[in-house]
Amino acid sequence: MATLANITHKVARSPGDPKVQAAGVSSLDGWDRLAKGLGWLSFGLGAAELIAPGKIARSLGLDGRKGLIRAYGAREMAAGVPTLSFDKQVGLSARIAGDALDLATLAPALRRDNPKRRNAMIATAAVAAVTALDIAAFAGVLSTRRRTGQPRDYGDRSGLPKGVEGSRGIARRDFETPPDMRAEPASMPPSRNGGTGDRAGRTAPEAMGTA
Amino acid sequence: MKALVWHGKEDIRCDTVSDPGIEHPRDAIIKVSSCAICGSDLHLFHNLIPGAMLPGDILGHESMGEVVEVGDEAKSALKKGDRVVIPFTIVCGECEQCRRGNFSVCETTNRKKGLADKMFGHSTAGLFGYTHLTGGYAGSQAEYLRVPFADATHIKVPDGIPDEKLLFLSDILPTGWQAAVQCDIEPDDMVAIWGAGPVGQMAIRSALLLGAQDVVAIDCLPERLSMAAAAGAITIDFTSESVVERLNELTGGKGPQKCIDAIGTESHVGLSQPDTLLDRAKQMTLMANDRAHALREMIYACRPAGIISIVGVYTGLIDKVPMGQAMNKGLTFRMAQAHVPRWTGDLLRRIEEGQIDPSFVITHTADLAQGPEMYRKFRDKADSCIKVVLKP
Repeated sequence: MATLANITHKVARSPGDPKVQAAGVSSLDGWDRLAKGLGWLSFGLGAAELIAPGKIARSLGLDGRKGLIRAYGAREMAAGVPTLSFDKQVGLSARIAGDALDLATLAPALRRDNPKRRNAMIATAAVAAVTALDIAAFAGVLSTRRRTGQPRDYGDRSGLPKGVEGSRGIARRDFETPPDMRAEPASMPPSRNGGTGDRAGRTAPEAMGTA
Repeated sequence: MKALVWHGKEDIRCDTVSDPGIEHPRDAIIKVSSCAICGSDLHLFHNLIPGAMLPGDILGHESMGEVVEVGDEAKSALKKGDRVVIPFTIVCGECEQCRRGNFSVCETTNRKKGLADKMFGHSTAGLFGYTHLTGGYAGSQAEYLRVPFADATHIKVPDGIPDEKLLFLSDILPTGWQAAVQCDIEPDDMVAIWGAGPVGQMAIRSALLLGAQDVVAIDCLPERLSMAAAAGAITIDFTSESVVERLNELTGGKGPQKCIDAIGTESHVGLSQPDTLLDRAKQMTLMANDRAHALREMIYACRPAGIISIVGVYTGLIDKVPMGQAMNKGLTFRMAQAHVPRWTGDLLRRIEEGQIDPSFVITHTADLAQGPEMYRKFRDKADSCIKVVLKP
């Protein structure tokens, strides 16, 4: 990654800008990296299922399930998007649900009379292993992104040394809204509410010539 | 030197990088004494503007420190040893926009003006550590910072006041202040503020100082709401009550006159607000950039002829904003990145006079080397984290 940083340095920065000399520890943890890998796996598998569903179906002894496998490809891609996003837990939970569907779909292919039973067994073992990784990543991401500790009470942090009531309106004494940020039309009082008028001391009907 | 470097989505590292040097006679180099993580840094952490950050970019735009080197053309304004806060906006102080006080749209300082012109129609100011759309300048979560246009891009601050009280002149205090100023607050106004993060907290205090009769803070995190209540705000936890119903109840059914968006692109996503789920899905699939739930809600809740002041950062395209409601209700929208230098002289005086002590918002202080971990903590709102200050 430091190499990539130095390539982008050449492309996008001026010669004097600081250049990475040695990369430090990343804010990404192991669970983030695992989720990232699983996200890309979703895209890879999804693309294969979308492009060659017939071939996959035949290799597993699931002839006639071509449409279903293509749909699973779309599902994989859809799960890959959130898995690669910062809402990984959403994508991972979708992946776990998808794993269950995959296992259920593969189950009939494990029958003894399936000539491709060996392939189906390998596929089932692979899906089971990936399911374990999905569950581990989901649990890991959830545990590391949790809001830890009881919410603190910052009720003693007013930031107003003169107190709330002592501070209310204190800036009005010496601050005037700049002309480009004034709200004349909305703040102009109506004629019968006892308002003090606009900045020229006029009520709305007076300003409009209808008073 | 050490610096927090963006390597990719959610991948920030405390790297060793080469030291910055004077590149232009208007430059200065400062030794950073304090810097902070801003909520808008999380948008970059989440890579919400794909392609705008590149691996190797240094993050950070809230900083202060000591001048250690000055270019020839900046010597009239700065000298070695000066204590300065650095605004997040890089300003020339000379262009038409700067002369009008619209510093965040300075016409000169974005060194990638061509790119920004294509994206925004017209370029905005250069910013520290905030994408190549705003110049691709190295950020200030580092031991040293090169300050371009340093003769104009600095706030001199006196000795004897701790960093913690001054640091936020760089961004969140003037941003919160501008949010309130844009409302042109009248003494009988209710100001409702969506988002009680650091900018929202500053907006609450600013609205109070500017004389709002009532300030309402809307959030879902108990620690933030307790901090808002400490400044006299009425609090609404949107996970336990209807924001619109409560605001109507507080205003006799009329709605607040002034509404502030201190959230921006990353509105909370929750099952109780179905539009937020759709927004998140669109954001993931690059069909929209921003999650606009809070903006939709404030357009709905705002009193007709009221003002909506937006200082929360939006990044690009936004979907399903009810312009029909906004137009027919005659709402006024005011929005901008803060024109920091426009307000900082006045705000520094208010800090010195004891009208406001912005250090109240700091909940976590850590070494720069702990930056990657603190980004995670800030993102997760773990340990009641509201504002992180880093010490290089």
